[in-house]
Amino acid sequence: MVKVEFLGPIQKEPLELEITNLKQLADILQKDEELAQWLENSAVAVNDTLVRSLDFELKENDKISLLPPVCGG
Amino acid sequence: MLYLYDGALDVPNILKTWYEAEASSNYGAYIPFVGTVRDESQIEGLSFDIYEPILKSWFITWEQKAKEKGAIIKMAHSRGDVMLHESSYIAAVFSPKRRVALEFIDAFVEDFKASAPIWKYDLKNGKRIYASDRSTALNGSGILGVKK
Repeated sequence: MVKVEFLGPIQKEPLELEITNLKQLADILQKDEELAQWLENSAVAVNDTLVRSLDFELKENDKISLLPPVCGG
Repeated sequence: MLYLYDGALDVPNILKTWYEAEASSNYGAYIPFVGTVRDESQIEGLSFDIYEPILKSWFITWEQKAKEKGAIIKMAHSRGDVMLHESSYIAAVFSPKRRVALEFIDAFVEDFKASAPIWKYDLKNGKRIYASDRSTALNGSGILGVKK
């Protein structure tokens, strides 16, 4: 089981999923219409480190975060 | 050091505290940047969400860059609501000589805008509206949206 959290303006409760890589996560999230506008411009972090490829194996209890476009200051 | 506050920053106090903390550290330059909420687009203020774990690791990389130049970096940012003419952001560099600090504050603030995991909202008519038009996608964004 991994946990998926949606940060900032993405209004969505966290998910708990039985998946073992980020490709599976992409398949699941692409079926969710309310996420359509966010998947194309959000970054992905696993255990608070940004990842840049879907070729990423997940371990039990990993925390995945979606980070939409930012604007601090 | 990184300091996060609920609501607007107490700018005079923060600048004074930072100044006094380094007053005898033998830095020749102290260059602060203060970001203040402007009255524009009929907003009542701004509001901020911060994802602290990644903000902290991002900031540590900049502390290391500063150290390599004999400088130090300090930053303060607000969480939640900050109203017109209040301030939400302070960054400051201390360095032995001015040139390092002038260049460093520029590079730091630009990367802050592009990389810090902070989300901005306009406060309008009591509502919190995501500032999507002023926001920047982080490097590497979009991998989950690529269709097979």
